[in-house]
Amino acid sequence: MTDTSRPGVRDEEILSLEGVSLWLSGREILHDVAFSLRAGELTGLIGSNGAGKTTIFRVILGLETPSAGKVLFAGHPRQRRSKSIGYVPQSIGLDPDVPLRARDLVALGLDGDRFGIPLPSRSRRQLVDEVLEAVDAQGFADARVGKLSGGELQRTLIAHALIAKPRLLLLDEPLASLDIRSEQEVVGLLAKIAKAHAIAVLISAHEMNPLLPVMDRVVYVASGRAASGPTEEVVREDVLSALYGHHVDVLHVHDRILVVAGKDETHHTELERTRTVVPRGLG
Amino acid sequence: MFSGFMVNAWIVATMVAVVAGIIGFFTVLRGSAFVAHAVPQAGFAGAAGASLIGVSTLAGLGTFAAISALSIGFLGKRGRHDAVTALTLVFMLGLGALFLSWSEEYASAIYALLFGEVLGVSSNQVLATAALGVVCIAAVVILYRPLLLTSVVPEMAEARGVRTHRMELCFLVVVALVTTMSVPVVGALLMFSLMVGAPGAARSFTDKPLSALSLSVGISVAIVWTAIAASYETDWPVGFFVGVLGAVFFIAGRGWVAWRRSAAGRVDSTGHLATGPMQLATATGMNGEPT
Amino acid sequence: MDAVLTSIFEPGFFTSEPVRVAVVVGGAVSLVSAVVGVFTVIRGQSFAGHSLGDLGTTGGAGAFLVGANPLWGFVTFAIIGAGAMELFGARRPRGRDMATGIVLGAGLGIAALFLYLGTTQSNTTGATITILFGSMFVIRASMIPVFALLSVLALAVVALLYRPLLLSAVSQDIASARGVPVRVVGALHLLAMAVAVSLSCVTIGAILSTAVLIGPAAAALRLTKRPGLAIAWAAVIGLAVTWLGILLAYDSYYWPPAGRGWPVSFFVVALILVVYLLADLANGQKARRAGPRAIASDKGPGVVAGRAWPSLPPEPGAE
Repeated sequence: MTDTSRPGVRDEEILSLEGVSLWLSGREILHDVAFSLRAGELTGLIGSNGAGKTTIFRVILGLETPSAGKVLFAGHPRQRRSKSIGYVPQSIGLDPDVPLRARDLVALGLDGDRFGIPLPSRSRRQLVDEVLEAVDAQGFADARVGKLSGGELQRTLIAHALIAKPRLLLLDEPLASLDIRSEQEVVGLLAKIAKAHAIAVLISAHEMNPLLPVMDRVVYVASGRAASGPTEEVVREDVLSALYGHHVDVLHVHDRILVVAGKDETHHTELERTRTVVPRGLG
Repeated sequence: MFSGFMVNAWIVATMVAVVAGIIGFFTVLRGSAFVAHAVPQAGFAGAAGASLIGVSTLAGLGTFAAISALSIGFLGKRGRHDAVTALTLVFMLGLGALFLSWSEEYASAIYALLFGEVLGVSSNQVLATAALGVVCIAAVVILYRPLLLTSVVPEMAEARGVRTHRMELCFLVVVALVTTMSVPVVGALLMFSLMVGAPGAARSFTDKPLSALSLSVGISVAIVWTAIAASYETDWPVGFFVGVLGAVFFIAGRGWVAWRRSAAGRVDSTGHLATGPMQLATATGMNGEPT
Repeated sequence: MDAVLTSIFEPGFFTSEPVRVAVVVGGAVSLVSAVVGVFTVIRGQSFAGHSLGDLGTTGGAGAFLVGANPLWGFVTFAIIGAGAMELFGARRPRGRDMATGIVLGAGLGIAALFLYLGTTQSNTTGATITILFGSMFVIRASMIPVFALLSVLALAVVALLYRPLLLSAVSQDIASARGVPVRVVGALHLLAMAVAVSLSCVTIGAILSTAVLIGPAAAALRLTKRPGLAIAWAAVIGLAVTWLGILLAYDSYYWPPAGRGWPVSFFVVALILVVYLLADLANGQKARRAGPRAIASDKGPGVVAGRAWPSLPPEPGAE
């Protein structure tokens, strides 16, 4: 546990999956997935819905035990659930009337698992303020969580995860419900956090373009398989075609990348993706 | 109004109100109003059974309340929570109906268990209520933060190692305890009104969790005191006043929110949402900082 | 053979007028409740369904007080209750629980008053029992047309709203984007529920009302994922448990210890619980054989709702 609060070292390997396969009820959900995450780097976990992104998160969180392969956290077999991994789920289904301010939610990230009513403490408050500042949330720190906008809530949740001083931060589709401006803000914030605190950040998304400017590496997932590495080495026609098992076009339009898979069930989602991307490029 | 047997009524009702205000805060937070309704009614069936075989009503009540709370917890892990709660409730009530059909004791006893007989509390009951009340409050004080965390962001709580399902079970057991403590004095139905009305109203008035909790206790006590006084004056049942006052406070809370919103709209249209374009704060000093 | 039959159907079961009325009316209300209940369970409104029964009870007590036909008391109060729930915010699941709780609390308080006034005025304490637990064996045959009419009304509303109801249960946003008036649909569903529940309440009592509303539907949704099939299953289960319950209650007349028959409600709820647990068991085995996705996400935190019905909305309101 003492390990968790020490400053991370850039490029130190925080998490690695080695040949992870997962069988559930006779079906292979993940096949030979391998990648590693380094401190200070932002990695995108890209794939369409149902590709296995959430399952990979569950494996990393220890909620699912791989049938084969290893999950190493800082070089050691990972313990089931710990504070060293921060997790921000896709949606938290918040009750808008819950009497809780953004500041309280962040404070719960610090010691929400401890027993007893929290006593007022200067250092606790200071720490909360610092983290709120780090995600630029001072402006709405005292607002009720139910009244926050999508981007504000996202930042509050990031602060909630961040205050426990994790070495690895997992975010499940953080951009899914945001407008373009909030999207850019959150992405920029995450990149900043990764660098400043030497945290490994893994962001899942079905759309990689918003992440392109800040993503150090990509883990591309399709039907339970994954290819990983620097973006330009992974998002290529040969690599993705091998991953999908059929030909895939990778088009570079201005500074955007469109992946067009012309076959089967992927066809539909990929086409939809291009459709949503194009107007954004114009806008 | 404050003499003789009434003193016990005031003491016991105040204790019940305090505990109901506290537990009710979490009941509402977790969206467990149905559970708060079902467990006391199931306990009522247990009390009917206990009177049948001649053991203490409190034991029967506690047993049935605990059984139903746990079965809601375990079955609810797999099915829809509300449907499972309904099933548990009706099964327990069905058992209650069976026990009642066997026993000779009839309507007046049932009426008392459902609607309470706060005006006929004995000193022994005062002690039992106090003891159980202390246990409940202690449990909530200990579990305050994990309960809050698992209520608001269950996925994040689970990821960091808080067992959400275990917390749920703990909470259900506390609800069963509260039930055991209060149903004999205030009745199954009144208990429920207190546990939903007061905290439901409280959260309209404040954004801070601890203030909402305190306010919930305050409103709960106010409701009970007013109800007893009114009941003493009119001779109408306490339950009527509690139920109606709960709704009145809740509506007042909603009204307060609406009024504040319209006032805020008129006076200050900026609010917190008008934070300027986001600047990426330079985040420093977070690592290696002493906690 | 005859001996076996007579031991199952005690003498007089088929010739007794009260039993015949109970079989017809009990069967009809449980059928209606089971069908309406499928939507209640899918939409996660079991609490509202139960509360409408209790509110109807309040109306029953009020009708008893003024000497009116209890049926109108039940129906009126259940509908008023449904309206109040809708008014207080029945849109978000959690807000809905809260609103339901408040309305229920107030209704129960009023019930306490009615019962108190009723008992002090006419001194018939047995009224409390009849109102709470109902009794199928005291239904008058002359009321049957009214029951039939209200039953058809409830069924018609549900049949009319079949698709909008399902769609808005899956996602309110999608439904309103498609032009479904989500609030109206929700309010009409509450209305159908209020009618069905008050019918069953007045005939078979508040306990059984909730039991036949939720039990058959919950069991059916364990057995199948298809809404149409689930309605059929719920109807069959609802009818079966009610009739079997009536039969057992009739047979139990000579059973120990009291020698005056066990209550129908006990038999029906016990049968429902058995059916539900069996359905749950069958569902568990089916899932183990072929449902890795379901299981994969089922163990996850906060996805308790996701299993019985894959297209269910996320439990807490997503907005």
